[in-house]
Amino acid sequence: MEPTTTQRPTYYEELRRKGYSRRDFMKFCTMIAAYMGLEASGTAQVANALMQHPRVPVIWLHFQECTCCSESFIRSSHPMVADIILDKISLDYTETLMAASGHQAEAAMRKTMEEHDGEYVLCVEGSVPVYEDGVYCCIGGRSAIDILEETAAGAKAVIGWGSCACNGCIQAAKPNPTGATPIHQLIKGKPLIKVPGCPPIGEVMAGVLVHLVTFGRIPELDRIGRPKAFYSKRVHDSCYRRPYYDAGLFVESFDDENAQKGYCLYKVGCKGPTTYNACGVTKWNNGTSYPIQSGHGCIGCSEANFWDNGASFYTRIPTFPGFGIESNADTVGKVAAGATAVGLAIHATAATLRGKKKGAQMETEGQANAAELD
Amino acid sequence: MKTTSFRRVYVWELPVRLFHWINALCITVLCITGYLIANPPAILSAAEASNSFWFGTNRFIHFATAYVFLFNLVFRFYWSFVGNKYANWRNFFSFNRRFFRRIARVLKLDILLLDGQADAAVGHNALAGLSYFVLFLASLVMIFTGFGMYADMSTWWLPQLFAWVPGAAGGDYLLREIHHATMWLIIVFVLIHLYLVFFHDRRDGLGETSSMISGYKFVEEEAFPEARQKKLEQTNAD
Repeated sequence: MEPTTTQRPTYYEELRRKGYSRRDFMKFCTMIAAYMGLEASGTAQVANALMQHPRVPVIWLHFQECTCCSESFIRSSHPMVADIILDKISLDYTETLMAASGHQAEAAMRKTMEEHDGEYVLCVEGSVPVYEDGVYCCIGGRSAIDILEETAAGAKAVIGWGSCACNGCIQAAKPNPTGATPIHQLIKGKPLIKVPGCPPIGEVMAGVLVHLVTFGRIPELDRIGRPKAFYSKRVHDSCYRRPYYDAGLFVESFDDENAQKGYCLYKVGCKGPTTYNACGVTKWNNGTSYPIQSGHGCIGCSEANFWDNGASFYTRIPTFPGFGIESNADTVGKVAAGATAVGLAIHATAATLRGKKKGAQMETEGQANAAELD
Repeated sequence: MKTTSFRRVYVWELPVRLFHWINALCITVLCITGYLIANPPAILSAAEASNSFWFGTNRFIHFATAYVFLFNLVFRFYWSFVGNKYANWRNFFSFNRRFFRRIARVLKLDILLLDGQADAAVGHNALAGLSYFVLFLASLVMIFTGFGMYADMSTWWLPQLFAWVPGAAGGDYLLREIHHATMWLIIVFVLIHLYLVFFHDRRDGLGETSSMISGYKFVEEEAFPEARQKKLEQTNAD
């Protein structure tokens, strides 16, 4: 057996080296196992995995994005989450947090790709512009699409962080001038995990990574590639304001009494009923709150096309395409029904006039027959 | 004076009539509860939410009725293969040249109110058949989008059959919009359908409205083969 010094250290070894106690480590394992939706015995599995497996090399790429995913991640509730993955332990390349820059950084990435070919996890933050040969996003003189294709080729698995990587987010909103494209349309034949959200919840991101480390395979995904543990429920179905919805008690405007009472935000445009995410359960900032709890409706940031869905975050019924800004399906429907009613009335009038002769005939005939009955 | 005699023809079998009225009831209930789900009224209430569940009940009625609507439609689909000739699927879905010629005739006579050769249809006329096919498609859209959105709330296998729909449509949001817009399409259909029933009943006096209750329509004696035969013999004798 090779001496341990030349082996990559395990997560546990690195944490101990950084000064965390075993107790801290076990607390972290318990917390993350709970977030991942594992049963109680899962804690031991997580702990074992982190003690035995050498760290998984991670290449974390940033393309068209705002870095809010990284920000969310380093603020995940347990400090160890950021330490374990980010703080030089695991991250071989990430533009935002690495110490190296310029040629050194590029060399570090190349080294990881060569040494850990087929082993490293590729995390992608941001969408990839494809118009004009991808000139809208270039790093180190190479286009994003070029970098993505090269790094994905040797990756064990690919994780798409945030709505940018998963569905294009705001830069893919109409008219999408740069051809911003989610990564699942560019990478084929690799296990791909979508972790949408703008940003995704830090604990969710950590949970996905720890799952990869613990079980050595990607978590169970839903039909469109999101981890089921975090994206199988609508925000609406796990919302603490749901009883107000079922009671039919709604905020009518943000300054009314109902808003003060904390009623359901459905009528002021909350997208909770159409959004799959863990906000209602995991919440944000150490479980402090989430948008709805803070009095603002969900904007549906983890759903595809959330910028293009309807005209506003503050109306519930979307505007109907092609009928002007203020018209929703109801306006169009009412006009259509009204126009139909007018058309029918015209038809009825015309039919009465045109059918006069036949009608008179029928009437005479009917009256004669009635008379015969007497 | 000459008077017309009619014969009673059994057109709409009992299962067809039952389907029709269950369907009509379902559509009414689904439209009302669905419209309320999309546009809940503003209620100022001092009651605690724990004592109130009207919106939940409204949703429950919507979902329960949706099941009835679905099973009813499945039954009618089956009946279009085993029912009588007036219930057969060919009334709705036979896009041959003859079908379009008949549609043109109905358009000319009933919609544009021009003179011409009367359409001899006893069951659905061709245009009505086409409109029911459109309603069938709209119903399918409603079932797929509706149960697609509902699947997540249920563990039963039947709604789970539709669980792929939100993913395929790119999210629940678009499904809602399609579901909502199609409701209006169905409302417009109902308006036209009701009007044309009354129009035909008033103009032709053949019991169009009551036929969906009794099952019978009245057909002029002259339309039957024996009457035509008799007429032919008479002409020959003259």
